[in-house]
Amino acid sequence: MNTEATAVQTAPGVGDSASFERHLSLSALPESWKNWKKEYWEKYEELPFPRTRDEHWRFASRIDFDLSGFQLAEDASDDTIEEVLSRSNLVAERSGQIVFVDNQLVSEEAIPEELAARGVVFLPLAEAVTKHPELVERYLFQESTDLGSDKFHALHNAYSESGYLLYVPDNVEIDAPFAVYHWHAAPGAALFPHILVVGGRNSRFSVVDAQQSLFEDRTGFSCAVGNVFAEDGAKIYRRTIQNFNNRMVSFQLDTNNVDRDTAVRGINLNLGSRRARFENEVRINGAGADVKLYSLTVAENDQEFDQRTLQIHNAPNAVSDLLYKNALMDHSRTIFSGLIKVAKDAQQTDAYQTNRNLLLNDTAQANSLPGLEIEANDVKCSHGATTGQLDRDELFYFLQRGIPKRIAQQLMVFGFFEEVIEQFDNEELEENLRGLIQAKFEKKQLDAVTPKMETT
Amino acid sequence: MSQLEIKNLNAGIAGQSILKDFSLTVPKGEVHALMGPNGTGKSTLAKVLAGHEDYEVESGSVLMDGEEILGKEPDEVARDGLFLAFQYPLEIPGVSIANFIRAALQARQEDGEKFDAPAYYRRLYEKMNILQIDKKFSARSVNEGFSGGEKKRCEILQMSMLEPSYCVMDETDSGLDIDALKIVANGVNLMRGPDRGILVITHYQRLLDYIVPDKVHVMYEGRIVHSGEKELALELEEKGYDWVRDELATTAS
Ligand SMILES: Nc1ncnc2c1ncn2[C@@H]1O[C@H](COP(=O)(O)OP(=O)(O)OP(=O)(O)O)[C@@H](O)[C@H]1O
Ligand SMILES: [Mg+2]
Repeated sequence: MNTEATAVQTAPGVGDSASFERHLSLSALPESWKNWKKEYWEKYEELPFPRTRDEHWRFASRIDFDLSGFQLAEDASDDTIEEVLSRSNLVAERSGQIVFVDNQLVSEEAIPEELAARGVVFLPLAEAVTKHPELVERYLFQESTDLGSDKFHALHNAYSESGYLLYVPDNVEIDAPFAVYHWHAAPGAALFPHILVVGGRNSRFSVVDAQQSLFEDRTGFSCAVGNVFAEDGAKIYRRTIQNFNNRMVSFQLDTNNVDRDTAVRGINLNLGSRRARFENEVRINGAGADVKLYSLTVAENDQEFDQRTLQIHNAPNAVSDLLYKNALMDHSRTIFSGLIKVAKDAQQTDAYQTNRNLLLNDTAQANSLPGLEIEANDVKCSHGATTGQLDRDELFYFLQRGIPKRIAQQLMVFGFFEEVIEQFDNEELEENLRGLIQAKFEKKQLDAVTPKMETT
Repeated sequence: MSQLEIKNLNAGIAGQSILKDFSLTVPKGEVHALMGPNGTGKSTLAKVLAGHEDYEVESGSVLMDGEEILGKEPDEVARDGLFLAFQYPLEIPGVSIANFIRAALQARQEDGEKFDAPAYYRRLYEKMNILQIDKKFSARSVNEGFSGGEKKRCEILQMSMLEPSYCVMDETDSGLDIDALKIVANGVNLMRGPDRGILVITHYQRLLDYIVPDKVHVMYEGRIVHSGEKELALELEEKGYDWVRDELATTAS
């Protein structure tokens, strides 16, 4: 492992043009895609890094844009692959599974024949580009968030080859979820997971994306982009688990384009990374759409989770409802900045946004910036943010039943999480996720039980 | 020894003294009722007994089966056998009734003792049946969105599952309709026995028709001013607290 570490660290970082040139020369992609790559690289070089005074980066204090320590990793060893595959086990009952390690495709489980026969496509991007060029042409790299990370989008698009396309044609309904794992393994590895999910008219399906580290002590960088397209009447449930180790720097830049009468759910569990930026943008382009976004973050030590959301209503009679919950320990920080934008014609919009922060140690810090921009006059919109500690009277109630303080606190904290966890709506997954959270809590001493509720 | 003995208790909150030389003894096997006007300190007494850290105890002692409980941590007092049915039960989002009571029972187990989940659920459903609480409630978050009456029933459910030696029931009857009152009273009566002492705090004589007390105490301005048989409750109902006040005035002058 030592030799591997040295070899990687002498290579130029992914922000260096030598790194990109080398990547391009090794790439087996078609010329047209390589040309895109060059354009994106130029764009990356032109764009400035974000600054904390930028509107979309307010309160982000632990920004670390030095990419020199992160490189594209060499192929993983057989041992690593074996280990990764044995641990890719969050969802047993599934419609298909794809596993990547440091961008490298290491496992691809064929989807049931019956689904393939109905035109369902679930493929790594590099394979999709030859087998379904029309889909790739139509959807790949078409979207980016408008929340301040253009430079990272460009970087992602310049490098990303790993990732998948999930396409479910009109009227196809699938119960068991599709599962994808994006593992980080090598020291200093840079990952560029791409997630492309397209639901045809009246389709129904769900997908689970898990981002994890194989080792706890290795640094790394992940810049993931996820684009969801829901055509009329599609019902799409996307679940994302970000459980990298606490030395990672990660970006997750997501868009959701939803059409008429769709039902789109997005739920994120965020546990890992030293610094994690999560952007989530919803564009409601068709009437009657129903979008629900949930997120649960557990922050410890000096982790910083930076969450920026945008709910855009461009069509009438649609609902969007967002609930982001953060529990903070130690010196961790979270930032939630959310905006609801309702266009003039989007009458009878119902749009809600809630951010709840639970401070479990006095030294943790939660920042909240909710916002509304409404041009229509017949709408129901609300936003609210609360930051508080465990309620003392509730704690006394537990104690009076004989439950020791430590266990009472744990139950209360998990009670706070439950509202989001149960939205995963898959018992096996929920149990696994409670296990992941439990592991994070095992050795924690929580000190904050004095009430300090502030509501805005 | 088998009694809850409160002796010359002086306690208060936020610098205000509320319990003034309060003394009361509830032996095992008996049910005592405590009545008194709003703000006289009944709930304060309950919280002090339970060890709530916000209340300041100036002097006095509370012996439970001969052992001092003042100064102990609330969870320890609870495991030692004191149960408080809250006047205002708290809502605990995300924690189911089944898991809440389970955690309370597990806290009373020896280290390494296995928890018999099937037996637990059998017993839980049995008690729910007695209190006429729908089985589905066991999966609901503790008290969250419950009606006032449902909350009170849930308190008695917990009490009957934990089988405490001493119960302090703070206005368990308020908020109950007449049918629910009978159901709850039945649940409490089933718990009466030689191994348990019960203190019922109430404003209404009506409850005492269903839970017939061995003794009735009237509390006024932080201390007990009258003790008697159950007829005292009737007398109080008839004459009101003016009677107590006037009588006190007469004694003082
Ligand atoms: N946290 C507190 N801070 C300040 N004063 C308090 C606090 N809690 C109780 N008190 C005061 O202590 C006094 C006794 O209150 P307590 O709740 O014990 O009365 P009670 O006899 O139970 O009344 P009720 O019949 O209305 O339930 C009241 O004057 C009340 O306002
Ligand atoms: Mg009271």
